[in-house]
Amino acid sequence: MSKMDSPRQSRRSFLAAGAGVAASVLAKPALAGGNPANQPPNVPEWTKSLGEGVAVRPYGKPSKFEKDVVRRDVEWLTASRESSVSFTPLHELEGIITPNGLCFERHHGGIAEIDPADHRLMIHGLVERPLILTLEELKRYPRVNRIHFMECAANSGMEWRGAQLNGCQFTHGMIHCVQYTGVSLRTLLEEAGVKTNGKWLLVEGADAAAMDRSLPIEKALDDCIIAYKMNGEALYPEQGYPMRLVVPGWQGNLWVKWLRRIKVGDQPWHTREETSKYTDLMPNGKARRFTWSMDAKSVITSPSPQAPIKHGKGFTIVSGLAWSGNGKVKRVDVSLDGGRNWWPARLDGPVLDKALTRFYYEFNWNGEPLLLQSRVQDETGYVQPSKAELRKIRGVNSIYHNNGIQTWHVQANGEVENVEVA
Amino acid sequence: MSKSPKFIATALIACLFGAPAFAQQKSEVKAGLRYHIGRAPTADEIRGWDIDVRPDGQGLPEGKGTVAQGEKLFMDNCSTCHGEFGEGNGRWPVLAGGKNSLTSDNPVKTVGSYWPYASTVFDYVRHAMPYGNAESFSVNEYYALVAYVLYLNDIVTDQNFELTNKNLAAIKMPNEQGFVMDDRATSEKSFWQKDPCMKDCIAPVKITGRAAVIDVTPEDGKDGKPRGVE
Repeated sequence: MSKMDSPRQSRRSFLAAGAGVAASVLAKPALAGGNPANQPPNVPEWTKSLGEGVAVRPYGKPSKFEKDVVRRDVEWLTASRESSVSFTPLHELEGIITPNGLCFERHHGGIAEIDPADHRLMIHGLVERPLILTLEELKRYPRVNRIHFMECAANSGMEWRGAQLNGCQFTHGMIHCVQYTGVSLRTLLEEAGVKTNGKWLLVEGADAAAMDRSLPIEKALDDCIIAYKMNGEALYPEQGYPMRLVVPGWQGNLWVKWLRRIKVGDQPWHTREETSKYTDLMPNGKARRFTWSMDAKSVITSPSPQAPIKHGKGFTIVSGLAWSGNGKVKRVDVSLDGGRNWWPARLDGPVLDKALTRFYYEFNWNGEPLLLQSRVQDETGYVQPSKAELRKIRGVNSIYHNNGIQTWHVQANGEVENVEVA
Repeated sequence: MSKSPKFIATALIACLFGAPAFAQQKSEVKAGLRYHIGRAPTADEIRGWDIDVRPDGQGLPEGKGTVAQGEKLFMDNCSTCHGEFGEGNGRWPVLAGGKNSLTSDNPVKTVGSYWPYASTVFDYVRHAMPYGNAESFSVNEYYALVAYVLYLNDIVTDQNFELTNKNLAAIKMPNEQGFVMDDRATSEKSFWQKDPCMKDCIAPVKITGRAAVIDVTPEDGKDGKPRGVE
């Protein structure tokens, strides 16, 4: 069977060949590895003795066999861990929700450990009624629950000049997607009463970098949230406990953590993070500024360099993520030949506005090398470009907003590597 | 049990008056009027935290500092990371140099070569520096430090130059005109398509680059964790 067969054909062929596959698996039970004493026909040790009782683990953790599912950093990227980034292990995750402890981190002055009793949120500037709130007071305002992805504008930024990092975690792991609970920023701005000349917000954190950014009032009144919960529990310290700004679809740097102050003004501030950083240098030497929204992007999370195909040829699941800062994912296509031909992927689970969307492509792998790619189209019609198309316009020095199509080279032995194709 | 006319009348009056009062309370919240939760900050509280500065000088606190004063502060507090001439040690940020490098293969984005406004330097340094001891200098010390960083970039050239809240906004940065608004919607219009191509979209491709060759990916193997195909 050709690797170019459509999924429907592939599955039919696979099922037809099913008896043979099953027979070959039965013939080699040792393939699965492990300790035969715990495997049929024997009774495993965990059946013969009692396990730990309730509340021995007052806050649960993943199985000890999942110890490698962790955030990782790239030491050579930054001068110190306090001003650095760690990456979400996308290759180990499924569905669309990122567990709180695995959400990538980006700090400019380390993790602020804030006593919520001492935290204050101040709203002032061009408002009728300046406001100062405690966390408990913030929680008294009407609540909203929203699932959104949050992507660093520099995600995939190391790949502009070519394939560099050999793992989906490192090439695409500056993203996470959780359900936030908080207060609509609009609600608080209405409480404070924005004056008619209030056009911009300065949003500022309480950490050792006191990071500040300018946010246009239109976005602030549209869908921004001041969140204090993620996935149902309090924000983790590394995600801005006790409160952070949520700016759906826009670059992560705007999602100020440890939010302490909102000042309303009539012009942008042109802070360090929106001038010297998070501006996109073009080949003509000019830089785009205020490139807030994250364009549609997708990546195959498995197989990928850290998640090789271990089962050999046969029925194979390609699993991936797609998202758009401009709305919902409309479709995802997968290529097995480096972008020459494409097959529609299957979206599974919720398809939400400005949230990660899970896609699958199932096929019968014939064991020949593949050049795997995924390509998303969002509801605005935007189609994820190839890296070549992006570089043609932006060159290779813009650092941010690299949403080009990723290529994974699957070798005959199932190993996967990050490659460039042309 | 009596259902006297009097009782019915009382109940009716309660309903008539109770219902509108309830509706009014609800509608006030619905219209986003006020929740009356939280309080107004005092002038002192605002003053302590209101440290942002913008290009036209709004927000600059009263103060002054010279290049020479800044040089001493810089040597004592900043040069370990940024280098004595702002050249940056290791991967710490480079503050000076990089003139005319923005169109080169390796752009060096510094205060002098890239930053559009002097106010940004003041705003940032006052928010976040010295690294690990933020907001610990006096206002005059921040003016002196910024004056020295401008001097390192040849934006001011006199060692006796004194930066103040009166003259900071008038300083023109070399790359002020180097920025354009986000124009992706027009410059990248071709990325919006009706139907994406599905068949024979491009000529057959070959591998042109491999991350494995560059070999800069952190490896779990170092601490005994398995990686790759078992």
